Amino acid sequence: MRLSLAQVEHVAQLAQLTLSDQEKELFCEQLSSILEYAQRLQELDTSAIPPTATVLPLENVMRDDQIRPSLPLEDALANAPDTENNYFRVPVILEGEG
Amino acid sequence: MTDLAQMTALEARDLLRRGEVSSVELTQAVLDRILAHDNDIKAFLTLTPELALEQAASADRLRASAEEQENLPALLGIPLAIKDVICVEGLPTTCGSRMLENFCPPFSATVVDKLRQAGAVILGKTNTDEFAMGSSTENSAFFASHNPWDLTRVPGGSSGGSAAAVAAGLAFGALGSDTGGSVRQPASLCGVVGIKPTYGRVSRWGLVAFASSLDQIGCFARSTADAALLLRTIAGYDPHDSTSVHAPVPDYAGALEGGIRGLRIGVPKEYFLDGMQPDVEIAVRAAISTMASLGAEVVEVSLPHTSYALPVYYLVAPAEASANLARYDGMRYGLSLDSADLWDRYRQTRGQGFGPEVKRRIMLGTYALSAGYYDAYYRKASQVRTLIREDFDRALGQCDLLVAPTTPTTAFKLGEKTGDPMQMYLQDVFTLALSLAGLPGLSLPCGFDQAGLPIGLQIMGGAFDEGTVLRAAHAYERATRWHQHAPSLPRDARQEPRGGNP
Repeated sequence: MRLSLAQVEHVAQLAQLTLSDQEKELFCEQLSSILEYAQRLQELDTSAIPPTATVLPLENVMRDDQIRPSLPLEDALANAPDTENNYFRVPVILEGEG
Repeated sequence: MTDLAQMTALEARDLLRRGEVSSVELTQAVLDRILAHDNDIKAFLTLTPELALEQAASADRLRASAEEQENLPALLGIPLAIKDVICVEGLPTTCGSRMLENFCPPFSATVVDKLRQAGAVILGKTNTDEFAMGSSTENSAFFASHNPWDLTRVPGGSSGGSAAAVAAGLAFGALGSDTGGSVRQPASLCGVVGIKPTYGRVSRWGLVAFASSLDQIGCFARSTADAALLLRTIAGYDPHDSTSVHAPVPDYAGALEGGIRGLRIGVPKEYFLDGMQPDVEIAVRAAISTMASLGAEVVEVSLPHTSYALPVYYLVAPAEASANLARYDGMRYGLSLDSADLWDRYRQTRGQGFGPEVKRRIMLGTYALSAGYYDAYYRKASQVRTLIREDFDRALGQCDLLVAPTTPTTAFKLGEKTGDPMQMYLQDVFTLALSLAGLPGLSLPCGFDQAGLPIGLQIMGGAFDEGTVLRAAHAYERATRWHQHAPSLPRDARQEPRGGNP
């Protein structure tokens, strides 16, 4: 199970990560060896075993839909890199509109 | 004042109650000690001396005005440290990452609010592997912490700063977080008590998420009784965290004296590996004999899927991390690199803001969840996770507790394992399975290796049965007193144990 450079580049794109050429090479090697180690899970027959996503017996925890105090606007925006008129300011998403 | 900085939180509380010391004096003594030693140990990322002394002064005022000392808040005036993945309002919360280098959360974690309500003094934020991913603190973007027992060695991780601070007398206790062993492993390597409670026992509101089906906040302390007090303070249901559980929180401290006689203790045979350090096996076997001599019934048990815990964990945790860390997009908070193009801004910000281990795990998790690989990796791992849980159900059906080593080796050298991720991951080989099962575990000192480095004994219990875990730990601690040993720090000629003789 060896990852190709193209696979590493594809995964980096899915994960929205810029990687240097050196990092790509390194991850090819390291991720391959981790995944190879993970191959030992295939030894086990799990066809009848349900997966565990959480250890708690909780499902759909609900609460009453009531108005409660929330974070003041200025606190919510305090860490923002860029703001305008009490909004987060972000780069243009749709070209040609606006 | 070094005496004060070496005692347990409960001993300090007695002095405060008797009026023999004030919280300001206590806090100042700890701050002096931090000033003297933290250049070497590097446990703290952020230190807040003025704030701490203000909190101490207000604790002293409350104490002076109280009529009944016993009715005062449980931790009034006791200085503690907080791992830097847990939010404290207005203080930097960096998670050991360039991504959050300048982030100040607008609210405190529920556990921090509870500590403050209990009167605790907050000294500052402790070092961690970036986003709690690592076993040595060497993945911190800022600096590595050092083990107080040997400054050339790691304190473990990811909560290495908290463990080192408590071991070195730089805090009377500390909070950490444990996803795969990040409280128990550093507690073991630093020779202190560390408890990871049951998944759902403690609110995670304000804990920066790493792997949400595993993350749990835990405590570091210099004694089991201190750990019981800290856990009692932070535990309980929180409406802000829908994964916290409505279960009564027992008075752990009050139940400590129950002793170990009559408890059935299982020794899982899979936790004694050929490759482990002989000193560790010898010390843990001796600890098990001590428990038997104190009246516990010791039986051998099997957790047959133990060797699969590592591959399961390194698929499940990175998969969850890759989703959790998608929030760092440079738009609302955290590092944001300037680029007119939205996609380029995401990729540059994340590519430069995250360090190598975080990127490695995001890549691994993204791959394990991606089309065509989901069934073979993520789903398969989740199924084997069920088998691991069933192992614990069966074993804990036959006994009250399980005991094993916390780690296969004592503290290793800085730089020794940074080149090979698999070698670093193997540090957690004895702590991962319990995390996957969501059960409580505690590490406490059970001896030293030939180099004088502490060895940890891991006590594991059933869901929400932290009380029995603590009770057994306390009985063992009483009988052996390993916890009273303290490291001798540079410029600190004292080498004797903290209390009586072991």
